[in-house]
Amino acid sequence: MSVGIVMLVHTALGRAEEVARHWSAAGCPLVIHTDVSVPSKTYRAFQKSLADLPDVRFSKRHRCEWGTWGLVAASQSAAELMLADFPKVRHVYLASGSCLPLRPVQELVDYLAARPHTDFIESATTADVPWTIGGLDAERFTLHFPFSWRKHRYLFDRYVALQRKLRMKRHIPGGIVPHMGSQWWCLTRQTLSAILSDPERASYDRYFSKVWIPDESYFQTLARQYSRQIESRSLTLSKFDYQGKPHIFYDDHLQLLRRSDCFVARKIWPQANRLYAAFLTDAASAMKRTEPNPAKIDRIFSKAVERRTRGRPGLYMQSRFPVETRENGLTSAKYSVFQGFSALFENFEAWLTGATGARVHGHLFAPERAEFSEGATVINGALSDSAALRDYNPHAFLANLIWNTRGERQCFQFSPRDNQKINWDIAKDPNAQISVISGAWAMPLFQSNANFLDIRSEAARLQQIESKHLLTLRSSWTKARVRIWTMAEFIEAPMEPLQTIIDEIGPSQPQRGLSEVPKMADLTGFGQFLQNLKNQGMHPYLMGNFPVVHDLHEAPTSARKPYLVR
Amino acid sequence: MSIVQSYRMRLRRKHAKARSLRKGLSLRPIADRTSQIAPGDILLFSTLRNEHVRLPYFLDYYRNMGVDHFLIVDNDSTDGSGDYLIEQPDVSLWHTAASYKRSRFGVDWLNRLQSKYGHDHWTLVVDPDELFIYPFCDTRPIGALTDWLDGSNVRSFGAMLLDMYPKGRLDAVPYRRGQDPIEIASWFDPGNYLIKKNRQFGNLWIQGGPRARVFFPDEPEKAPALNKIPLVKWNRRYAYISSTHMLLPRGLNLVYDEWGGETASGVLLHAKFLDTFTQKAKEEMDRKQHYRASLEYKAYLENMAERPELWCKWSEKYINWRQLEILGLMSKGNWA
Repeated sequence: MSVGIVMLVHTALGRAEEVARHWSAAGCPLVIHTDVSVPSKTYRAFQKSLADLPDVRFSKRHRCEWGTWGLVAASQSAAELMLADFPKVRHVYLASGSCLPLRPVQELVDYLAARPHTDFIESATTADVPWTIGGLDAERFTLHFPFSWRKHRYLFDRYVALQRKLRMKRHIPGGIVPHMGSQWWCLTRQTLSAILSDPERASYDRYFSKVWIPDESYFQTLARQYSRQIESRSLTLSKFDYQGKPHIFYDDHLQLLRRSDCFVARKIWPQANRLYAAFLTDAASAMKRTEPNPAKIDRIFSKAVERRTRGRPGLYMQSRFPVETRENGLTSAKYSVFQGFSALFENFEAWLTGATGARVHGHLFAPERAEFSEGATVINGALSDSAALRDYNPHAFLANLIWNTRGERQCFQFSPRDNQKINWDIAKDPNAQISVISGAWAMPLFQSNANFLDIRSEAARLQQIESKHLLTLRSSWTKARVRIWTMAEFIEAPMEPLQTIIDEIGPSQPQRGLSEVPKMADLTGFGQFLQNLKNQGMHPYLMGNFPVVHDLHEAPTSARKPYLVR
Repeated sequence: MSIVQSYRMRLRRKHAKARSLRKGLSLRPIADRTSQIAPGDILLFSTLRNEHVRLPYFLDYYRNMGVDHFLIVDNDSTDGSGDYLIEQPDVSLWHTAASYKRSRFGVDWLNRLQSKYGHDHWTLVVDPDELFIYPFCDTRPIGALTDWLDGSNVRSFGAMLLDMYPKGRLDAVPYRRGQDPIEIASWFDPGNYLIKKNRQFGNLWIQGGPRARVFFPDEPEKAPALNKIPLVKWNRRYAYISSTHMLLPRGLNLVYDEWGGETASGVLLHAKFLDTFTQKAKEEMDRKQHYRASLEYKAYLENMAERPELWCKWSEKYINWRQLEILGLMSKGNWA
């Protein structure tokens, strides 16, 4: 038989035994290394349980702590025993006790027999791979690592920082270029024996024993010295998450693993009974013969890592609550805020719905209630229109609204009358498109039937609020798409800005210009109204310059011919 | 955090431990099967009063999930809950007639039992009306989750309380013994939760859902807390401080990510709003043994008369954990 299996075992010995029997039944000789931390009583029982199998050896035991030299030492002594005791072995396959052969062993044997001089070992220079843990790539070869990363993280980090400060650098033994890759390899006798009997081995071992995570670099580096033909990939399907921890396979991964077409997978949850039952069978349940291709599984696991590291933008929930600036999107989708438009145009909301197909709400932050579209009291996500609930946490209200209506553009009205606590949240949000006609809040006052003294004080209050809001919108922290016109400016040529805003939202159907124009409110006497305010000592300035008598704006909508832009 | 603050937290934790020792004195063992507990077993702790009708489904649900042993405090039930539990082979039962309120709503009792029996075990603390849901719970037993958490060096796992309710009147469909309560109370609010961070303890404070929407629309600050951390790799130094909402040491409360990512989390389906509820609310109003002088129950009763329905047009019907994941109520994190 031409393939020998080196198996590193530390827990779940029962499963290791099952897998060992599977390899052995196919005629593969095995050398098993058991971690020193396994109690000797358990170890003896384990040895005894495999006593009936031919060609099974147990190698010298080392302590195999993650990221330490012990794993390499264990592989070395097991490989030496393999090469010495089984002269017919041509390829040595390094596996663990929690590895599971996915395809009939005979297929692996045939595959390797057809490639007698190929070493399968993932091996890349540090500059070229993104998988590094703890921000250490090239440095893992140039610094000292006497402290355990898992157990003494503080000392580990301090010592790395100290070495960086002192610019300490280890000497890399002559002639080798550090490479790294998956620790699960399959090497030919030629390559492996050359590594193990290298006259320089003592110095390499000394060097690598102080490198960080040497099991990912020792064989990966030295194989480059001797191999005739390296195929830089692992025959073992092994996925790592962002902490360098292997992903675990469960029963529900069965179909996924069937499709993977890799020879061996790790690591398997010991209680995954269905997986063990499905794959540890004889050749009768053979799967189709194809080149190993782990790419199909890649997607699912890289997605999991992305979910953990980047999360879903705009989602605030029990296990995602980012601190400021780390939100990766304050909200989940684009939305539009209109200030002053519904005051200036009589049917603005209905018109905007028609022109864009978006969902157009009234004043969501109005003092009385959240004015959802079509007068709803509850909308998507069972979000209530209660003003108290909304004002209790305005940011959560907005984030919920946008999250709940994903896939549908949201627009809403805003005015200085509304709750202003949300202003900064919207201004800082790149998803927000804010359009302001400043001073338009005077329109409802102008049209109202209130006492002039009340109007005057209300106008003063609203002007103050809006002017503060405008400062926010013009600040350097603002990331929203902001457009501001004074009212006077806007009514001179209202269609052009409207067209721009609508184009940016993206209308429901491609249009050439706006076919319909929103109806502007009657401005007759508005100039005089402003003058009256001035005469009372309150200077309205946010709406720009309105002459006292103004022919131009007499019944503006009927006088002006509705025209199409462009 | 300053040394003073951290010392204050330590005192607080010590105080909770001392309190649990004192309050634990009232616990009388009725059926002590704790000798069955093996190393690595997953233990469930619960306090209950008059929950007989829910118990058969509750126990089976968690047995199927892979819980190995139940440690239950019976707060003087009169409906036969105690007799039923004595006969269960995997239940250890304690009895107390002491005040629920003055044991800080059962926390002291369970802290006592947990430090005695839960050390070095994964412990799940849930009420009889709470059903724990975690990612892949339909295909993987809870041991898969705890093994994975162990492997990731994570000691605690958050699961938000999700209030479930029926469509129509709460008392329209009677609950039968052994029935899955989610068959009746199968609806929930999918997207109206409000989150703040509790700076003192480091946990998130979540409110919202149907109770905020219907019972407290004008006083949202009074709406009940929904954040929970029910699953913890227990150590005898640990203590729950307020229900299962938060623990000490504070590090256990960090079940969420602050740098934009998502950690794995689950949900506790809260099947409180069944036909049994109105009865319970009246009873508890008389006993006044619940949080904030049963303020919640009071609000329920007041609202119940005029509007006995929690369901609205935008309520979502429960399907499975994947649905909750997509809605953003829970997350797989990096578990795949």
